[in-house]
Amino acid sequence: MQFSGAAGKMQFGTMATFDNPPQAQPLPRTGPPPSDDLELVEQAKQGSLDAFSKLVNRYDRKIFRLTQHITGHREDAEDALQETFLKAFSHLKQFHGDARFYTWLVRIAVNESLMKLRKRRTTNAVSLDEPIETEDDFLPREIASWDPSPEQRYAQTELREILDRTIHSLPPIFRTVFVLRDLDQLSTEETAEALSLSVPAVKSRLLRARLQLREKLSQYFRRETMS
Amino acid sequence: MSCRKLLSEISNYLDGEIELTVRQELEEHIAKCPNCWVIFDTTRKTVQIYQGCECEPYPIPVSLQTRLQEALRKLCEESQTKQD
Repeated sequence: MQFSGAAGKMQFGTMATFDNPPQAQPLPRTGPPPSDDLELVEQAKQGSLDAFSKLVNRYDRKIFRLTQHITGHREDAEDALQETFLKAFSHLKQFHGDARFYTWLVRIAVNESLMKLRKRRTTNAVSLDEPIETEDDFLPREIASWDPSPEQRYAQTELREILDRTIHSLPPIFRTVFVLRDLDQLSTEETAEALSLSVPAVKSRLLRARLQLREKLSQYFRRETMS
Repeated sequence: MSCRKLLSEISNYLDGEIELTVRQELEEHIAKCPNCWVIFDTTRKTVQIYQGCECEPYPIPVSLQTRLQEALRKLCEESQTKQD
């Protein structure tokens, strides 16, 4: 298979040689921070609202990011966030510490967000296990080099808008996996656990999400040619 | 390694979840194939840009925090009343 389009040959010539390998190191992952989640959960199970409030303060921003990215609607995201923590508090006794508390929370948040999304849509076409992947759906159409740090062309607020808008243009199944893996930095296994998906399904959807985002972001980040 | 195979392995490569032989084949391929190099490089940058920008937390509106705390307090009181 040959891709069409013009590649950045100057960049290729200067970067991809055996003497100067293409700097293809795995992206760093920070992993989950050490925490006393389980201790707080135990206290909350005994009725301590203070302990549960500490868990809320620890994770509410990340859950808010997730609900915003899935619903794409501010009001729905706020409601989904609230219902996530209320449901978590009500069902705390069902959490036995087999997974991280945050992974359990994510599972609730995803369900709440998808319910909001379904209500907003006229069809019931929102699911995390739709078999919409095809053999060719990730083949690239846009092959243009980007500058080394193309995001610096934009002010922070404008960049955030571009990134949010682009994420939201993905199907829910792709953007949810992308948010959990690349923004929340959950492991593949944790993401699979949180979404009730298989590990291969998570990997496949992450690949498609990244390639589709790359394709869509090219219009903003492609190298500007001299006229 | 074919271009199609490379595409299917980009994510695994970026995550460091790839067998050594496949990794070597991928690196050899992108060193020779300009188009694949561009796709590889821009995919990597896509993830890096999101991770760089998204480090900023999503602030929770004060009104939402207040609403949530009140709802939790009410729920807590209700569950304690039931236990009593």
